Amino acid sequence: MATEILMPALSPTMEEGTLAKWLVKEGDTVSSGDIMAEIETDKATMEFEAVDEGIIGKILIAEGTEGVKVNTAIAILVEEGESADDVKASSGGAADDDEDKAPINEPMSANPGAPVAVVVPAEMDIPEGTEMKPTTVREALRDAMAEEMRRTPEVFLMGEEVAEYQGAYKISQGLLDEFGAKRVIDTPITEHGFAGIGVGAAFGGLNPIVEFMTFNFAMQAIDHIINSAAKTLYMSGGQMGCPIVFRGPNGAAARVGAQHSHDYAAWYSQIPGLKVVMPYSAADAKGLLKSAIRDPNPVVFLENEILYGQSFDVPVMDDYTVPLGKAKIWREGTDVTIVSFGIGMKYALEAADKLAEDGISAEVLDLRTLRPMDTGAIIESVKKTNRCVTVEEGFPVCSIGNYISSVLMQEAFDYLDAPVINCTGKDVPMPYAANLEKLALTTTKEVIDAVKAVTYR
Amino acid sequence: MAAKKTTKKANVSKEELLSYYRDMLLIRRFEEKAGQLYGMGLIGGFCHLYIGQEAVVVGLEAATKDGDKRITSYRDHGHMLACGMDPKGVMAELTGREGGYSKGKGGSMHMFSKEKHFYGGHGIVAAQVPLGAGLAFSDKYRGNDNVTFTYFGDGAANQGQVYETFNMAALWDLPVIFVIENNQYAMGTAMARSTSSPDIYTRGAAFGIKGEAVDGMDVLAVKEASEKAVAHCRAGKGPYILEVKTYRYRGHSMSDPAKYRTREEVQKMRDERDCIEQVRDILLTGKHATDEDLKAIDKEIKGIVNEAAEFSKESPEPSLDELYTDIYMEAEA
Repeated sequence: MATEILMPALSPTMEEGTLAKWLVKEGDTVSSGDIMAEIETDKATMEFEAVDEGIIGKILIAEGTEGVKVNTAIAILVEEGESADDVKASSGGAADDDEDKAPINEPMSANPGAPVAVVVPAEMDIPEGTEMKPTTVREALRDAMAEEMRRTPEVFLMGEEVAEYQGAYKISQGLLDEFGAKRVIDTPITEHGFAGIGVGAAFGGLNPIVEFMTFNFAMQAIDHIINSAAKTLYMSGGQMGCPIVFRGPNGAAARVGAQHSHDYAAWYSQIPGLKVVMPYSAADAKGLLKSAIRDPNPVVFLENEILYGQSFDVPVMDDYTVPLGKAKIWREGTDVTIVSFGIGMKYALEAADKLAEDGISAEVLDLRTLRPMDTGAIIESVKKTNRCVTVEEGFPVCSIGNYISSVLMQEAFDYLDAPVINCTGKDVPMPYAANLEKLALTTTKEVIDAVKAVTYR
Repeated sequence: MAAKKTTKKANVSKEELLSYYRDMLLIRRFEEKAGQLYGMGLIGGFCHLYIGQEAVVVGLEAATKDGDKRITSYRDHGHMLACGMDPKGVMAELTGREGGYSKGKGGSMHMFSKEKHFYGGHGIVAAQVPLGAGLAFSDKYRGNDNVTFTYFGDGAANQGQVYETFNMAALWDLPVIFVIENNQYAMGTAMARSTSSPDIYTRGAAFGIKGEAVDGMDVLAVKEASEKAVAHCRAGKGPYILEVKTYRYRGHSMSDPAKYRTREEVQKMRDERDCIEQVRDILLTGKHATDEDLKAIDKEIKGIVNEAAEFSKESPEPSLDELYTDIYMEAEA
């Protein structure tokens, strides 16, 4: 059957091109792979190969013709004994027609920019009379991992110094003794490589916990966290999940300089496919880490070195978990909502104490999970207080606070009596000098000043 | 177009030869069709064809057993067909349709099949190398004897994460075969201009990983090397490197005019070394098959490919609701 040879699209953006040269003539026999013509695209001159075998019955577009639209018939291929006139009417442009029909401008939802809603399980009830045990964040994290490793053999821990050294920050103390070298694995100092191996193991169905000595070093591995772990479920049409936890200290410690002090909360929170957790208290560190390990999605779990040694009450329960995606009100108040997470809570709570002395009642909300973010809880609180201040140690541009401000403007504008103020780290690389470092982070005083500004005191 | 004579392997049956011929031909015809659909605007974006390299995956797959895993880069159509994925689902993914392996959300570079243990389809050069070692890690952790085939190119072989992975794979005796498909061009940069040592298979020596080079245009040689590597890995002796010297006839992607090499160079490979012609020659001269037998196979393959192309055109575009699905998995209650 005679077939039309159509002007090919030879690049992702090509719509038309120049038929620079024919390398075959009418009557020539061609077979698959033979070069038939040279075609100039917007980028380069390309060789155009035959796909089917046959005889060039007729050349429809002369060489040298410019502006030949993609899918225009440029020649007719016939079989032995056929004539070019046998070809049926042009079928070119079918793909374009389909495109026109596709309702691409249809609105997807009321708010297409909104992150995908994730169903959050209810907070666990702590039964009346449950013993509360003072526990450091460090111990809470270790207990969470140990409990989950006892629960299932699929959970294992890998990272630098996690086994024999007992953890660079002693988070994994005792785990090697209990679980052995098969499940508590010291890696070489190769973040890019071992993060990729962790993700591959998760594709293979295991539940890896990948510890980064600090998230600063995870920048070497960020390609695997984002491109390999976060995106694969979507790219596979839902087939290939990645149940992995990336955890380690994040943000500034003390006097460790610009390359060891970066807060990545806003970076990872931008990525669809990741969940991002940043706990403050020991109880939340434990309950959230256990939930993160059980979650079938990749979770970035951001800890803080300064908080590791701080003690909080942790309920003594067989299986204490905290759901991802749910904020917690630490302190109720009526005049302003202070929203924070991680070590930012320290400034928020200190400020709330001092503000109370001045007669200002601050409600303090701990986000705990940054993605999916419990924006509903923020909005509910702001509906009551009509004012909001956000607190974080990260950089000010495109910060978590910026996002919260935007959500409040779009979804609670009528409830706001003042602009939202974002207290953040300063827009500078972290300095080493003690006085400058203190200034580079946010401060309790800045939070107090911000609250006074939004409450017009 | 007589292919260079291949040494006849005494232990290769007629059935095997015919199955290699068939599998390689399926990849070639599929890719030619994909190129055609790209030209018609039915396939968009990037599309990297495997034409010329067919003997690599077909030879390697010949030594696999059920449970073995494979992972590769973005030049992945051949790998999917060779491990038994449905040509219809692959082609429909290329056209971005609902019937594609990723429901149209992955495209040419991103397809997966849990059923066939095919783990993608990765677009970041060399990212699949530690991922493949991680898959092998999961099998070793579980204590089975599965092997992971981790494919990457000569270009990827210069990435740092490859050597981080070599180190850990050797340290932990991971059952992974690193298959370096050396098609001699990292996109448009010839080996000699990008790679300090021409013998990539020796790159594992620093980590104590055995490596060997194989003629990747000879499917029987590839199969033999694959069997050896698989035996090594299954025996728990750790990773193995195969540098498979091959050649891609087409450009790096559809929009590559391939001006960095001569037309004669490509034609010479096609005329003298073509992997399909070599098997065809053995089949005919060994009287394992007649011209008619092979024509029948050609026709059958053409039918399969045409059916895949039709399916890929008829399958609808994904529903608009699909935009917001598959971002997170639901946690189990």
